[in-house]
Amino acid sequence: MQAGTLANYLRRGAIWGFIVLELIFFSIAGEYLAITDKAFMDAGNMLLLLKQTAPLGIIAMGMTIVMVNGNIDLSVGATFALAAVILLDSLSWPFMEELGDWAIPLAWTFALAAGGVLGAINGLIVWKTGVDAFIVTLGAMLGYRGLVFMYNGEQPTSHLNWTLVDFAEAQFLGIHTATWFLLGVTAVIWWVMNRTVHGRNAYAIGDNREAAVNAGIRVGPHMMINFVIIGFLAALSAVVFYSESGSVNPNDGELYELWVITAVVLGGTKLTGGSGSIVATFGGVLAIQLLRKGLAHIGADTSTVNLVIGLILIAVLFLDKQLNIRAKEELKT
Amino acid sequence: MSGQTPALRLEGIVKTFPGVRALDDVSFDVLPGEVHALMGENGAGKSTLMKVLGGIYQPDAGRIFVGEEPVVMTSPLQAKGLGIVFIHQELSLAEELTVAENVFLGELPRKSFGRVDWARLHARTDEILGKLRVGFDARARVGDLSVANQQMVEIARALTVDAKAVIFDEPTASLTDAEKVVLFDVIADLRRDGVGIIYISHRMEEIFRITDRISVLRDGQHRGTVKTAETDEEAVTQLMIGRKLDLSRNVSHHELGDVALEVRNLSCGELFQDVTFEVRRGEVVGFYGLVGAGRTEIAETLFGLRDPSAGEIRLDGEAVRIHSPHDAIARGISLVPEDRKGQGLVLGMNCRDNMTLPQVDDLKAGPFVADGAEIAIFDQYRDRLDIRTPGWKQQVGNLSGGNQQKIVLGKWLSMHPSVLIVDEPTRGIDVGSKAEIHNLIRDLAAQGYAVIVISSEMPEVLHVSDRIVAMFSGRVNRTFTSDEVTEDNLIQAISGLSNDKVA
Repeated sequence: MQAGTLANYLRRGAIWGFIVLELIFFSIAGEYLAITDKAFMDAGNMLLLLKQTAPLGIIAMGMTIVMVNGNIDLSVGATFALAAVILLDSLSWPFMEELGDWAIPLAWTFALAAGGVLGAINGLIVWKTGVDAFIVTLGAMLGYRGLVFMYNGEQPTSHLNWTLVDFAEAQFLGIHTATWFLLGVTAVIWWVMNRTVHGRNAYAIGDNREAAVNAGIRVGPHMMINFVIIGFLAALSAVVFYSESGSVNPNDGELYELWVITAVVLGGTKLTGGSGSIVATFGGVLAIQLLRKGLAHIGADTSTVNLVIGLILIAVLFLDKQLNIRAKEELKT
Repeated sequence: MSGQTPALRLEGIVKTFPGVRALDDVSFDVLPGEVHALMGENGAGKSTLMKVLGGIYQPDAGRIFVGEEPVVMTSPLQAKGLGIVFIHQELSLAEELTVAENVFLGELPRKSFGRVDWARLHARTDEILGKLRVGFDARARVGDLSVANQQMVEIARALTVDAKAVIFDEPTASLTDAEKVVLFDVIADLRRDGVGIIYISHRMEEIFRITDRISVLRDGQHRGTVKTAETDEEAVTQLMIGRKLDLSRNVSHHELGDVALEVRNLSCGELFQDVTFEVRRGEVVGFYGLVGAGRTEIAETLFGLRDPSAGEIRLDGEAVRIHSPHDAIARGISLVPEDRKGQGLVLGMNCRDNMTLPQVDDLKAGPFVADGAEIAIFDQYRDRLDIRTPGWKQQVGNLSGGNQQKIVLGKWLSMHPSVLIVDEPTRGIDVGSKAEIHNLIRDLAAQGYAVIVISSEMPEVLHVSDRIVAMFSGRVNRTFTSDEVTEDNLIQAISGLSNDKVA
């Protein structure tokens, strides 16, 4: 009776199966090929991996809700860079320096508010003009990046605050600060999508916008909220990352949008909207980071890593399509 | 005439779908140079027959002959190759391309290296356009043409092959009277060239003006072929309706309440004009008319999906302006849309979430969705409407059409609207569920809802309505009470005949 159960199960569990495969492969391959003699599945290594997952992972949570809603945001990389510039630059403003460590929460607020505002601008344009989100955020990607360069030319923006660095490098219960942020964001967005009216309506709009309108749902405000969320999260990602590194280049965050979308799509979220899961997106970002780290572990260079990830993405989507067709056919019988 | 070989002949065509015998032993032919009308109510089997002729459906039994040759058609392209061409009611043109490119779409004449032979393309197109005596040339952009001229482009497309039979499906639906004259001239030309023409239309006046014979389908069966010159509208109407309806006509059996919805001189651009009617509590008002008569557009205007260009809407005596479905719902107007899957349901969501979609926000507890309250609503309406589903978690896309429609109905009933508009309540729903939904609509009226039912199926409108508004090309042609309405005068009212002509 339950239609397409097997295919559904395969699809839902696919990303975790893939992660397990990666772990097994790199553990075994690592035995022969690794440049270090440390095991791949070492606890410290895995914790580090989670930490490194955080910058992309935090943004990916926002991308999931935007894509489920039927939109996309290509400007996250630029928003990330702009928020980082604001964070670091604001710390060296004279009145901020006088505040001592109290400048930190203020700088964070500036950066996060900037992210939210940039997202709101995207959302407002998509809502009020009806132009496709792809086009609007493509424009925003170029525009926001332009702002980054206007700010400080080609120069990096730096500010090292040791309190900040200590906070960012801290480990609580053995887990890094960045990882805690990733876990927190994942939990909050999961809750928004699954337990709130906004989340429910976001799914409905993405699946069938016309039916949502006919049910009296105001589509525009919901889309707007989601763009604010992703803008905020792009800034949060920057805050987490640059609190530790203390220096941002104007090119930082380039191609982030594509990595994030890759992770979200690997996790099974549909580009057409209406379907997607936060937990699977978490799997998606983990899988990508594992792949990067694992390939590096067995001595592959960056270009190889990109090639492999590209191939895997296409293979996964092809498989997903096959499973979808299978599920539909099971439905017919 | 019997000595002539038909241009196209069908013999004993049978086509069944699960639960329905859509075509039952239908035989039919069209002679060269003849215009043969094909008539029947919606659902009589015309579309199925056309799809069989177009190679889209394979008949379960029966044979098709083009001239003397028996043929088996497996694709629309093959049908066209055999000289069977369709002029569809809905145009399928590439608006950005020129007339010539559209006419020869997919078969552009070529020169070496795959270059398009523009000279030949334009010459051939102009030659065909010359035959049609149209006022535009091969280089015009299709998007710049009027609807009537776009239809001429469709016809020109049909003429690129050596057509044996041309099938016109409601070709005048979007044409003005002047444009119709041009179309009829084109048909006259085709017939002079010895092409057999099948003409599908509901419009009696046109049928009697241009056809030689009339064939009538009813319930998938061929009910008779008559010579146009030897019959009249009444006789044809009789053939179309045939039996006395076995559905007992509804008669009001409860007191009507106050006027819930009052519409005065409502217009929306070209779509409908000067529409006036009212609906009382406890009353079902049926809207009947041909496709394109403006019925759905009225519903969409009442529901805030279109802005009216003139006129007034009053709810419980108070004039209101409705700008969005959100407004409409807040004022107690609900719409069960025509296209259930496209406009009514979120197919990827489960039954409960679909049913509570308009009111999750009202039900919420703090920022949370109220699972318990939602399940309670779902359970209540599942029992009340007898929705057959394993549970609320079932995805709506997996339910049958009838159960899906009940979910949509439950969605609105749980909001306790004052006016319920149901557009095509039983489209694509099996016979058993149909009766259930009809009874449900009657029950709702008895409980004091003001209900508007829009339907293209005459038995349905007759069965559920207390009053019937007959529409013709954007206007209310006549309003019937259930005592006055007969199948004859209803069919005539929607075919554009005026009241005195009916009498």
